[in-house]
Amino acid sequence: MSATAPVISAKNVWKLFGASPEAYLKSMPAGRSFDEIRTDGYIAGVKDVSIEVDRGEMLVIMGLSGSGKSTLVRCFSRLHDITGGTIEVDGQNIMSLSERDLIELRRNKMGMVFQSFGLLPHRTVLDNVAFPLEMRGQDRHDRRERALEVIKLVGLEGREEYFPRELSGGQQQRVGIARSLAIEPDIWFLDEPFSALDPLIRREMQDEFLRLQEMLGKTIVFITHDFDEALRLADRIAIMRNGAVEQCDTPDQIVMNPSTEYVAKFTEDIDKARVVHAKGLAKPVNGHALEGAPINGGATIHELARVLVNDNRILLPVADDKGVVTGVLERDTALNVLLGAE
Amino acid sequence: MVTLSTDLTETSDKPWGRSRVLTALLAVAFALILAKAVGILPEWLNRIPEAAIPPTAQVLDAIFSFIQNDLGLIYVTRFIAEGPLEFLLDTSANLLEGKRRWPYLGPIPWSAIAAVAAVVGYAVGGWKLAALGAGTFIWTAAIGQWKIAMQTMSVIVVAAPLAFLLGLALGIAAWKYGWFERMLKPILSILQTLPFFTYLLPAVIFFKVGPTAGAVATITFAIPPMILMTTLGLKKVSPEVIEAGQMSGCTRWQMLRHVYIPAARTEILVGVNQVIMLCLAMVVLTAFIGMPGLGAKLLAMMGSFKLGRSFEIGITIVLLAVTLDRMSKAWVVKQPVHFERNTPWWKRHQISLVALGLFIGFILLSQLFPILAEVGRKQHLSQGKEIDVVIKSFLAIEAIKGTTEWLRWFLNVKVLIPFRDTLLAIPTPAFILIVVAFAYWVGGRRPGIYAAVFFTIVAFSGWWDRSVITLYTVISAVALATLIGIPLGVIAARSERWSKSILLACDTAQTFPSFIYLIPAIMLFGVNDVAVVFSILIFAAVPLIRYTIIGLSSVPPEMTEAADMSGSTRRQKLMSVQFPLALPTMAVGFNQAIMFAFFMVIIAAFIGTQDLGQELQRTLAGTELGKNFVLGLNVSLMALTFDMAISSWTEQRKKRLGLD
Repeated sequence: MSATAPVISAKNVWKLFGASPEAYLKSMPAGRSFDEIRTDGYIAGVKDVSIEVDRGEMLVIMGLSGSGKSTLVRCFSRLHDITGGTIEVDGQNIMSLSERDLIELRRNKMGMVFQSFGLLPHRTVLDNVAFPLEMRGQDRHDRRERALEVIKLVGLEGREEYFPRELSGGQQQRVGIARSLAIEPDIWFLDEPFSALDPLIRREMQDEFLRLQEMLGKTIVFITHDFDEALRLADRIAIMRNGAVEQCDTPDQIVMNPSTEYVAKFTEDIDKARVVHAKGLAKPVNGHALEGAPINGGATIHELARVLVNDNRILLPVADDKGVVTGVLERDTALNVLLGAE
Repeated sequence: MVTLSTDLTETSDKPWGRSRVLTALLAVAFALILAKAVGILPEWLNRIPEAAIPPTAQVLDAIFSFIQNDLGLIYVTRFIAEGPLEFLLDTSANLLEGKRRWPYLGPIPWSAIAAVAAVVGYAVGGWKLAALGAGTFIWTAAIGQWKIAMQTMSVIVVAAPLAFLLGLALGIAAWKYGWFERMLKPILSILQTLPFFTYLLPAVIFFKVGPTAGAVATITFAIPPMILMTTLGLKKVSPEVIEAGQMSGCTRWQMLRHVYIPAARTEILVGVNQVIMLCLAMVVLTAFIGMPGLGAKLLAMMGSFKLGRSFEIGITIVLLAVTLDRMSKAWVVKQPVHFERNTPWWKRHQISLVALGLFIGFILLSQLFPILAEVGRKQHLSQGKEIDVVIKSFLAIEAIKGTTEWLRWFLNVKVLIPFRDTLLAIPTPAFILIVVAFAYWVGGRRPGIYAAVFFTIVAFSGWWDRSVITLYTVISAVALATLIGIPLGVIAARSERWSKSILLACDTAQTFPSFIYLIPAIMLFGVNDVAVVFSILIFAAVPLIRYTIIGLSSVPPEMTEAADMSGSTRRQKLMSVQFPLALPTMAVGFNQAIMFAFFMVIIAAFIGTQDLGQELQRTLAGTELGKNFVLGLNVSLMALTFDMAISSWTEQRKKRLGLD
């Protein structure tokens, strides 16, 4: 992308579960499939994954249960030790870290939110949120102040003295989010944070999450099994199946150009007009004659529906948010997307 | 003979592949019995000849004395006994019963203790438990048993926390290190089936007579469940909570201290409850090595047939048991509740302050009114003699007397003695083969092999006849308990109200120290075999009833509804839907009944039996550590045989039914 190095860089990462995975991986012939590995008595949690996460980017890892998405994120945070390949966080190979350094890394750079919240039942909201600060030895006064700050940020003011079981699911997850943010992490892992919540609350929490992200601009790895959620939140989506990444791309690309049949199945029922942006559909200018006012590249085709239908130009100039023209959009193509015709 | 042969055809009719092995085992057993009946069986096949029995007890004695004297273990244990342990026991004894030792403060007035018990009860479980706590201690003081009750309590308050700490530490170690757990598991299952008397003698030898030995034996007995609950709780901590801890940057120690142990709180507290209850049950039994307290008094009163006083002491013990049990269980389920911000300090600690206030208040009051400090000899309300008269006159009523005497005669002459003589007549190898066949039939190959090994060891221990008598008592009592308990459970399970109240009664009865069950048995039947069987019977019937109700009521409603909609009668529903599904749970109850019976049969030696328990009790008077150990191990091995067979059956069955 740019000169800044990726925050997380995974190369050929393998995570095998079984009796002696390292030895097996070494002796395994290349190109063995998930099922073949399984008949050998091993489960490929993560199968030869190479992926990068850029600073400030939100990567959503999408997959059904058992696809290896949770395993992959646990490899990033070294909750699992990987079997093969390398993972670098800020240029540092995390497999080479000592226990001490790993603890330091987690205490200062990483935050994680869990599907079933993972709150400590015997601690109040305040003490749960302050927990990571307490672990790194911050003094009582400091950590209380910081904890109150994040509690306010997630909108739980006035509940500081409650115990987790006295809160609703949505509120508990807010505690989980607050806890993961307490140490001001650079990298934020969210493992299906909203899956255990009711649909209405889930929607509300997604909005809340987008608001937080806009404010904080963290590097995020977000896991979900919900394709709509992925489309809604992601800068890029990685779709996983049987431990391997099927496709990793922007939502627009995934919807418009699914690279495998498996990915295509997910995109089938999606209203593409609501996902695809004008800039995603645009082609390079390449000497086309442009006339008239440009349209906003950041808007979805659905949002541009009225313009597309009423305008009679064949080619529409597309501009980025600074008003600079970056490409052209064929009106017909856009109308096809809008009408659901291929 | 005839029944045996029909048994044979029945088992071989079963459509299982193991029928051939079973046939072979039983055929050999049958042939041996037949040979003995005809009189052609050589004596060495009937009983193992004296000469072939290895001198296990002597060898063990030599080993023990080597460890004790040559390795100097006795100095270590004696140091612990006379040093820290005795110090703790003396301190608690001074505070509770006024023994003249450091810190020379006691005894604490009974009224102050009762008041604190009430506040603690209120804190964990509201007014009901407050009343129970206060009531128990008021009763104990009023009935004139304060001092002996406090002698018992002073050991418990030392033994229970120590057992808790040791159990917690060992439990954590077992959870942390797989090899340690694998090593510990078999030891724990032996420890849990070893009769209590086997703990007593080594305790006396290594830790000197008196409260220290009692405390050591009690602690040892109470540790295993604490270990098991700790490991269980730690293993059950949700993986996300663990990961949350790791992602918060916890070090190993922080993980354990701030994440694992608090998250396993429930299981650990259940362990605490079990520790307390076992301590109470065991401290009462230390009466057999002459420890003063409620147990000793009860033993003396029963020995001299003073039923009224025994009855009163029994009530005290039961009340103490129920109070300790209810309070510790209430603590298990009690969840923290938050205070609003800016709640003043005194309000946050309101309950502790009230307890402290009442404690000091009653101590001061008792200076003014001595009756609040101690209920004197002439002031107490004991009605021992009067109750004695009532009980005796009740038992003397013609109808009652007729019934109990007939029962006694019937059971003794028609059931128990013939059964015992039959068992004793079976040649040793045949007996072992039958037991192996049973274990194999019920539990499969592994339990069968263990049965063979275990019973062969018993045969070579030199105490075969006594072991058979022990087994006979257990089998008869459990059989009778099954005949009574299962129908009772089935009837109770029909209505929700009934099952609830009977379950409550069973749960309460299970908290009573086993000793208590001897009281009604002696009252009704006097001192003989029937009383032994009867006391075991009621003790063993409790888990049977309990698990029958639990098993039947946990059958999923959609299954009984399906049966109803298929037009089955109540009987059909019970026989073909509820029973098959409840059977694994009921088997757990059956297993527990057998374990309880093995436990009780040894205690019942007090009434006068001719089994292992009697011999064990005799060893307590001397120093025959080896013999004591062999006897205890015999009981343990027999109990383990049944435990393994039934547990393995339960597991297979559950798997096949797709339960848990």
